[in-house]
Amino acid sequence: MAEKKYLIKQVSIFSENKPGRLAAIAHALEEAGVNILAFSIAEANGFGVVRALVNKPDLAHKTLTDLGFMVSFTDVIAVAMRDEPGGLFEIARILGEAGINIEYSYAYSGKDGAVLILRVDQVEEGVEKILAAGGALLDVSLFQ
Amino acid sequence: MPVEELKRLQYRLLKTLVYRLYSFSDFYHARMREANVHPDDIRTLDDVTRLPFMYKHDLRDNYPDHLFTATQDELVRYHVSSGTTGKPTVVGYTANDLENWTASLARSLTACGLGRGDVMQVSYGYGLFTGGLGMHYGAERIGATVLPSSTGNTERQIELMQDLHVTAIACTPSYLVHIGETAERMGVSIKDDTDLRIGVLGAEPWSEAMRTMLQDSLGIRVYDIYGTSELSGPMFTECTEQNGIHIWGDLAYPEIIDPETGESLPAGEKGELVMTVLKKEALPMIRYRVGDVTVLDDEPCACGRTAPRIMRIQGRVDDMLIVRGINVFPSQVEHTLMEIPEVVGSAFQIVVDRKGALDSMLVRVEMSPEAFSDKITDLMQMKAKVAHTLKSSLNVAAQVELMAPGALPRFEGKAQRVIDRRVY
Repeated sequence: MAEKKYLIKQVSIFSENKPGRLAAIAHALEEAGVNILAFSIAEANGFGVVRALVNKPDLAHKTLTDLGFMVSFTDVIAVAMRDEPGGLFEIARILGEAGINIEYSYAYSGKDGAVLILRVDQVEEGVEKILAAGGALLDVSLFQ
Repeated sequence: MPVEELKRLQYRLLKTLVYRLYSFSDFYHARMREANVHPDDIRTLDDVTRLPFMYKHDLRDNYPDHLFTATQDELVRYHVSSGTTGKPTVVGYTANDLENWTASLARSLTACGLGRGDVMQVSYGYGLFTGGLGMHYGAERIGATVLPSSTGNTERQIELMQDLHVTAIACTPSYLVHIGETAERMGVSIKDDTDLRIGVLGAEPWSEAMRTMLQDSLGIRVYDIYGTSELSGPMFTECTEQNGIHIWGDLAYPEIIDPETGESLPAGEKGELVMTVLKKEALPMIRYRVGDVTVLDDEPCACGRTAPRIMRIQGRVDDMLIVRGINVFPSQVEHTLMEIPEVVGSAFQIVVDRKGALDSMLVRVEMSPEAFSDKITDLMQMKAKVAHTLKSSLNVAAQVELMAPGALPRFEGKAQRVIDRRVY
């Protein structure tokens, strides 16, 4: 399955909403020599979820789990985005027209331009549609 | 009544009760056989300690009416407890039971200085809860005019309090605080704009500090009232001395025991209250372990009454909490959480706070690792599910805080699951 190489293992960490939690996560990853490539925090009433793309997801998972954090892996895709007006629209439209729902996303500025990280409800179909529409997906090997 | 005479009366009533129950109640007959005690062994009032205890679970195990010693023809009313720890308990009343209950409260209200000419607003809930109807009939009996306002619609309660020249109110202490705050918002001073002079407060624990606060801010005198549905309902109050709740000796015989050993404790020592209701017909109570912790004072009261007094309730022997007037047992919270696969039922923490006049309860739960989703909507749904399940099982709303597994403290001995930050 060709799409497999586009599935990137994102590390998701549950965090109670209190001072020092993010520092503890970041410090642990530093100690383990894990580099954070892209990152977001989603917050709700009383808790948050830290989502990160890291260069060594398995090591990050183990390190944080050992410290008592709740950690899980989620498959996300990374789409190269034109870094100009309309870049986001292009991608969002492809998925919207295909009836694929974006569950969450965050963007970061990659080495070679803007990158949109997406969690979608039908990941393989999403990959297919983006490629078919001429979009560019980043290969997992670029991250991990 | 002189103490010696009262004790003779109590002995006679106890002896009659024990004979009656040994003969007619399968439950008490079996209990007394087990305890190897026969009615003939009761030769003095002190022999009461030979009789076996009765527990709340006895009522639950015999749901709904298997402990009743009155027939359907003789029953004139039922009340039902909230049932927060499982099955509710049903209490039945014969006409005499209602009469004794009413008489008990009539005496209590008289001791608080109420009578003909008073207008009493009964702001306890009416219905299955014993507070409203119990107080209603007690107040009518002393010739007071009753305003059966029940709970809720506070602004209207305050208007009626003014329009109908209410002089006394019966409600929970926290509701009276709420009334005071609401009145202030409405621009009404309870002290200056109403005729209110007495509050009869109970159904939840409260303190001397709360009494001082209420008396000072509202310009009234407030009295503590005691009772539980098993004893009929609210039955006993303080007198105008405000120094303990008088237990009318011809109706009930109180004891204080060590909750661990069951041994009787002398007056002045703190322990679990055990009550024998001397004249109960439909649902007799011999040595019922109420579970409330208090101190008995049998010294004559400055008011002249010889009935012994119990001091303000200092806590519970079990871990029961009262939140917004509802009994909440941490064990029930645990039981409920155990049924929810998304959370670790054995690890939780209950935090109770008081915001304004209202209690708020927060339950911290650890989610199970399998249930963790990194989608906020999934987590919010899980939180809502836990809150909803707790609400339907406890009958009181709980905020829920999700924690990571292992985030809450673990205990080797007795778990400290409750953080009660309420200041009464």
